Amino acid sequence: MTGAIVVDARGLRCPLPVIRLAARARDLPPGSTLVLLADDPAVRSDVPAWARMRGHAMADVAERDGQLTLTVVLG
Amino acid sequence: MSSSPLSRVVLDTSAVAPPRPEVLEAAREAWREGWSEPSGLHSEARQAAALLSAARQAVAEALGARSDEVHFTATPVTAAHGAVAALAHGRRRVGRRIVVSAVERAAVLAAADFVAGDDVTIVPVDQHGRVDAEAMVDALREPGVAFAALQHANGEVGSLQPVAEVHAVARAHGVPLLVDAGASLGHVAVGPSWDVLTANPSAWGGPVGVGLLVVRTGVRALLPGPEDADPFAPGGVSVPTAFAAAVGLRAALAAQDASDRRRRAIVDRLRAQVPATVPDVDVVGHPDARLPHVVTFSFLYVDGEALLGELDRAGFAVGSGSACTSLSLEPSHVLAAMGALTHGNIRIALHDGVTDDDVERFLATLPRAVAAVRERLGVSGL
Repeated sequence: MTGAIVVDARGLRCPLPVIRLAARARDLPPGSTLVLLADDPAVRSDVPAWARMRGHAMADVAERDGQLTLTVVLG
Repeated sequence: MSSSPLSRVVLDTSAVAPPRPEVLEAAREAWREGWSEPSGLHSEARQAAALLSAARQAVAEALGARSDEVHFTATPVTAAHGAVAALAHGRRRVGRRIVVSAVERAAVLAAADFVAGDDVTIVPVDQHGRVDAEAMVDALREPGVAFAALQHANGEVGSLQPVAEVHAVARAHGVPLLVDAGASLGHVAVGPSWDVLTANPSAWGGPVGVGLLVVRTGVRALLPGPEDADPFAPGGVSVPTAFAAAVGLRAALAAQDASDRRRRAIVDRLRAQVPATVPDVDVVGHPDARLPHVVTFSFLYVDGEALLGELDRAGFAVGSGSACTSLSLEPSHVLAAMGALTHGNIRIALHDGVTDDDVERFLATLPRAVAAVRERLGVSGL
């Protein structure tokens, strides 16, 4: 995943992970890839919902030992 | 309900609505006349038995059922747990599998998990929270299905479910359908498409402390347990409470048409006005096929707990399915199953006493409340 920008929101609870992700996405051009690391289970629903509302695309959602890794391609 | 500017406006009444005046009156009367043990043989006991029988009869008439099919239970959750356990046990020779929609109420999902564990098929819903009827029908046609459960409508987001369609196929395959009408009965016509039905008297402005379970004759629903006259309510229920519940249902049904028009108009106004005055909102639930009194919104970049607090201070009580408003880390399973935004969620359920003026004041308050929470989180321009 070369060129991907990582946003580490581990330890934060809703809605902060999505806010951190959105703040990073604001200044990036379309086509950029953002990777969110989080352990709040609400991101499983909220990041895809945010992507839908903002016109971004979900590329991947992975979970390992309670840690979630969500990959978004900005629209 | 008073509508003076300083009065509280309670918009969180999907499970417990304020008791109707008829209910308070019936309860007082029934406590005077029907306080005795209905199984006794003296006049006081027979009076209690007559009230309980009248309550069963009234509920049966409202549902197109027989009065011996009607069981009052201790609570709505007892009814849900009893229905699931009894169908699983009664149909154990056919199989163990239970087919449920992903958005059944927590009591149904927990009971299904308890009795069938990995043998529960969870059928997904669409973005509006309506179950995929084709997937549900395919699942219940598999061999070894004890029963299927599909709510009449979802109490969190208001969407109606395709119960008639699913029931027709279930019946053709001899699979009983449990229909949770807890959010619907007393608000919309529930129809005949069910084999076992559960409902919640406090949701129609009846009393708390009683649930409703109706089992059609011929359905194999056997609750394992010690010998009792009614295994669904061992030792019986409070007769005055059951009587008040039935009176409340009759009152709710008598008011249903007028209440439906009025409340649907308010919900239409909320669904149109909130997105017009608050940026970045997900209006959750089916736009047309829905309950007349429930509407749900999720506000992007908003902390649900903080928003509830802002609204509460301004005099408005609303519900929420956001994780940060509950003790659990998990957000509402209903919102998650729909792919809806789960944070910043508020749920509004209108009881009959909510006035147009209450709603206008709410509409004037909400944009300021959302903006205040967003400002504290520093999210302008995202």
